Amino acid sequence: MATIKVLGYPLSTATRLVLCCLEEKQVDYELVVVDAAAGAHKQPQYLALNPFGLVPTIQDGDLTLFESRAIVKYLAKKYKGQGTELFGNSLSEEALVEQWCEVEGQSYNSPALTILSQILFVPKKGGTTDEALVEMNVEKLVKVLDIYEERLSKSKYLAGDFFSLADLQHLPTTHYLVTDCGKGDLISSRKHVKAWWEDISCRPAWKKVSEKGP
Amino acid sequence: MAAIKVHGFHASTATNMVLCCLNEKQVEYDFVLIDLLTGAHKKPQYLALNPFGVVPTIQDGDLTLFESRAILRYLAQKFKGQGTDLLGSTLSEEALVYQWCEVEGQSFNPPVSTIVSQILVVPRRGGSTDEAAVEMNIEKLGKVLDIYEERLSKSKYLAGDFFSLADLQHLPHTHYLISACGKGDLISSRKHVNAWWEDISSRPTWQKVAENMKVN
Repeated sequence: MATIKVLGYPLSTATRLVLCCLEEKQVDYELVVVDAAAGAHKQPQYLALNPFGLVPTIQDGDLTLFESRAIVKYLAKKYKGQGTELFGNSLSEEALVEQWCEVEGQSYNSPALTILSQILFVPKKGGTTDEALVEMNVEKLVKVLDIYEERLSKSKYLAGDFFSLADLQHLPTTHYLVTDCGKGDLISSRKHVKAWWEDISCRPAWKKVSEKGP
Repeated sequence: MAAIKVHGFHASTATNMVLCCLNEKQVEYDFVLIDLLTGAHKKPQYLALNPFGVVPTIQDGDLTLFESRAILRYLAQKFKGQGTDLLGSTLSEEALVYQWCEVEGQSFNPPVSTIVSQILVVPRRGGSTDEAAVEMNIEKLGKVLDIYEERLSKSKYLAGDFFSLADLQHLPHTHYLISACGKGDLISSRKHVNAWWEDISSRPTWQKVAENMKVN
């Protein structure tokens, strides 16, 4: 069987999400680096695979798939019974995984990425961090994290007492917030969020992915 | 078996997405009104079900579930084999359904909900429409719809030649965009998007729900 090809780049949060999922599921893959800095993701060759010109895209035999959250759902289903179970063990548990995955995608991701973008990417491109925008998004994220704190005081992981895609989806952006943006206090000031973060960020699969340098 | 309870608001796009899905799967439900106009969604009673204080939330036996797109996937899985199949027929088809569902949630929804909010909601709360924000989001939406146009020139529906959750997720906001915001040209100017829209919006399961969304 041909190995899954992941077209992306090692520092991209969405690419890292997919790589981490592949590691958790113990699935062989080949990373094909798309040089985003050189605009490779906007070239016709890449757009033919992913018309939105975003990374990552995977190729698994005849299937070409994009949108990292869709890719990880596909992998979790295809490789059920292999590696870490990422969708819980019943339909109800799966539903709760889906719920917290949506929370990440709809409520956590946008403020977190805006903060990352302003602090990390904008200066690299020669611009100045918009501090007011960072503040506004920190406030949004704080409200979400307060809800997580309450949830995680009753449940070891987001969807229940089992690690799942919902927790996995938080790894890439939160890692950058904590290690590269100086926003670790958002996590460390919340007892249960802190314990959860320390647990999930120590997983070997995540360590392997996050230690890949530029 | 107790009917599924849907806590929601009649004009809410997310609520109507779930009601449409229940109709497609031929599943009975009880509708419990959470009146957003009186702030019912921020009261402790509702926050106990959904700490994010947004609609809808469903209760199915012991399971309480929020986030409309998660509710849709749960219903589509639980009632597989009943009503309309909404996840395709193979794992690869299901993957493409997830992909286009994510496109809706990540690329279509943000600009369209900003447009609808600015044109429909803000003036009702005493504010003025931010025309620059509307323009900017119409441009963003236009780029997404151009990609849809290309896709739908090769495929009858978004995930393939079968109706799925991916198409369903587009119904409520597109309905408001056309009927309440006067932006129907975004759809009608694109031949394949227009054909797709006419097809999916004429489904009886949707027509029933659209009755809730008449705007004065």
